[in-house]
Amino acid sequence: MARSVTTQRKLIFTIIGWSIGFLIFFPILWTFLTSFKTEGTAVATPPQFLFFDWTLENYHEVQSRSDYGKHVMNSIVISVGSTLLGLALAIPAAWAMAFSPTKRTKDILMWMLSTKMMPSVGVLVPLYLIFRDWGLLDSRLGLVAVLTMINLPIIVWMLYTYFKEIPGEILEAARMDGASLMKEIVYVLTPMAIPGIASTMLLNIILAWNEAFWTLNLTAANAAPLTAFIASYSSPEGLFWAKLSAASTMAIAPILIMGWFSQKQLVRGLTFGAVK
Amino acid sequence: MATLQTRATARLMMSPAVILLFLWMIVPLVMTLYFSFLRYNLLMPGTEEYVGFLNYQYFLTDPAFFTALGNTLLLVGGTLLITVIGGILLAIVLDQPFWGQGIVRLLVIAPFFVMPTVSALVWKNMLMHPVNGLFAWIARSFGFQPVDWFAQVPLFSIILIVAWQWLPFATLILLTALQSLDGEQIEAAEMDGAGPLSRFIYLVLPHLSRAITVVVLIQTIFLLSVFAEILVTTNGGPGLQTTNIAYLIYSQALLQFDVGGASAGGIVAVILANIVAFFLIRLIGKNLER
Repeated sequence: MARSVTTQRKLIFTIIGWSIGFLIFFPILWTFLTSFKTEGTAVATPPQFLFFDWTLENYHEVQSRSDYGKHVMNSIVISVGSTLLGLALAIPAAWAMAFSPTKRTKDILMWMLSTKMMPSVGVLVPLYLIFRDWGLLDSRLGLVAVLTMINLPIIVWMLYTYFKEIPGEILEAARMDGASLMKEIVYVLTPMAIPGIASTMLLNIILAWNEAFWTLNLTAANAAPLTAFIASYSSPEGLFWAKLSAASTMAIAPILIMGWFSQKQLVRGLTFGAVK
Repeated sequence: MATLQTRATARLMMSPAVILLFLWMIVPLVMTLYFSFLRYNLLMPGTEEYVGFLNYQYFLTDPAFFTALGNTLLLVGGTLLITVIGGILLAIVLDQPFWGQGIVRLLVIAPFFVMPTVSALVWKNMLMHPVNGLFAWIARSFGFQPVDWFAQVPLFSIILIVAWQWLPFATLILLTALQSLDGEQIEAAEMDGAGPLSRFIYLVLPHLSRAITVVVLIQTIFLLSVFAEILVTTNGGPGLQTTNIAYLIYSQALLQFDVGGASAGGIVAVILANIVAFFLIRLIGKNLER
C-alpha cells in the first residue's frame, strides 16, 4: 500500500494493538507468573502481580512428587513418534501425487481429507475395545498408532501443497543428464523439499502434543502424556494453583515456542491449502 | 511423462498411506455400525443379541440427546460468533501498521498452542473461580457481585474458554486473507469518497467471504467434538447443562459401559459431522481445481 501513514494513526493503533495482544495473552502470562508463587500467594486477594517472593519451589515439587519426567517423555515419544511415522508414510504418497498425478489423485486427496472429518467419538467404542483386547490400553505404542492415523491426512495434504511448488522442469533436466530415479530423489528433490517437510513436521508435533481426546481416553498412569497429566489437576481436593501453573508452564512452553516459529505454515496446514 | 513404470511406482508409493487410512476409517466404523444393532453392555458379558434399531430409538428419544444436541449447537454457534466477529476485528487491527506488530501477532496467536486441558483448568480456576479468581476480584473492585461462572452460566463459561482457544485460528486465517486484498482498489474507493464503513462492507467483507467460510467450516468440525474442556471443568454438569453429543457418547460408553447405545450415538455423530464435511470438501475441492 502506498498510502502514507500519519504518526498519530500509527500511535493509536499501537495502543489498541498492544492492549488487545496483552488481554489475549494474559491467561498465559498469569499462569507463568503464578507458577513462581507459593500456594498462599497464588490464591491471595487482591492478586499479586509482580511484587511477591518469587520461588522455584513449585517446579521442584512437581518434578519430585509426580514423576513429571515420565509424562514429558510420553508426550515427546508420542508426538515425535507419530509425526515421524506419519512422515514416513506420507512423503512417498505425497511425492507420487505431486509428481505423477493421475485422474484419481484429486479424489484420493479429497477422500483422505474426509477421513479427518470423522468425529473421534464415532469410533471411540470399537477402538477402545480393540485396544483392550490387544493390550494396547495405556501404552505409548497404541497412542503413537492412533495419532499417526489422525494426523496422516494433514501431513499428506501439507506435503502435497509443498511438493506441488517444486518445478517439474528441474526433474526433467536431471533426467536428461542421466540421473537415475534414486539420484534424482536424493540429490535434486530432497534438498528442495526439506523446508516443506520441516514445517509439516513442526505443525504435526504441535497438533499431536496437544491432542486431548485419545490421550485422555486411552491412557491411565503409564502412557499418560502431559495433556492427561494436567487433567489430573481437575480433582476438586484443595487448590493447587501454583503447582498447576508450574506444570502447565512446562507443558506449554516448548510447544508455544515451536508454534511461534511455525506461524507462517500454520494457516496453510490447517486449511488444507485452501488459504495461503 | 508418466510412463507405465513410473505410474506403477507411484501407486506403490501411495499404497501404504492409502491402505492404512482406509483400514483406519472402515474397520472401526463398521464395528460401530455393527455394535449399534446389538444389546451389548460390558458389565453384562455374554448377553449380546441383535436388537434392530432399538439402540437408535432409545438414543434419539432420550431427552438427554436433545439437551446434548442443543448444547452442541450453542457451543458451536456461540464460539463461531465470537471467533469470527472477533477474528475480523483483530485481523483489521493487525493489518494496520504499528510499532511492535510482529510481537503483538505472536501474543495473539499464542492461545492456539496451549493444550486444551491446560487452558480449561487455568480459566476455570485462576480466572473464573468465584472467590479467588481474577474475574471475581475485578468484579468486586468495581463493586459488583462476582459471577459464579460454572454454577450460573456453565455452558457460556465453556464457550468463552473454547473461543479463546480458537480466536487465534480465525484471526490468523482472516489476516492472511486480508493481506491479499488489493491496496489500489481500496485507494480508488477512498478517492471516490467511500468512508471506512462502506469500504469495509463493499470491499473488505466480500473479499473475506471465502476465508470466513473456511474458518466456519473447519472450526465447526473441531467444535462438534469439543471434549477435554468439558471433561476437566464440569464433567458435563451441573445436570446435563454442559453435556454435548461427544461427551454424552463418551459417558454412555466409558462410564455406563453401554456399547450398543454409545455406538448408535456414535453413528448419529458421524452423520452430523458428515453434513458439515460435505460442504467443506466441496469448497476445498473447488479450490484445488483453480
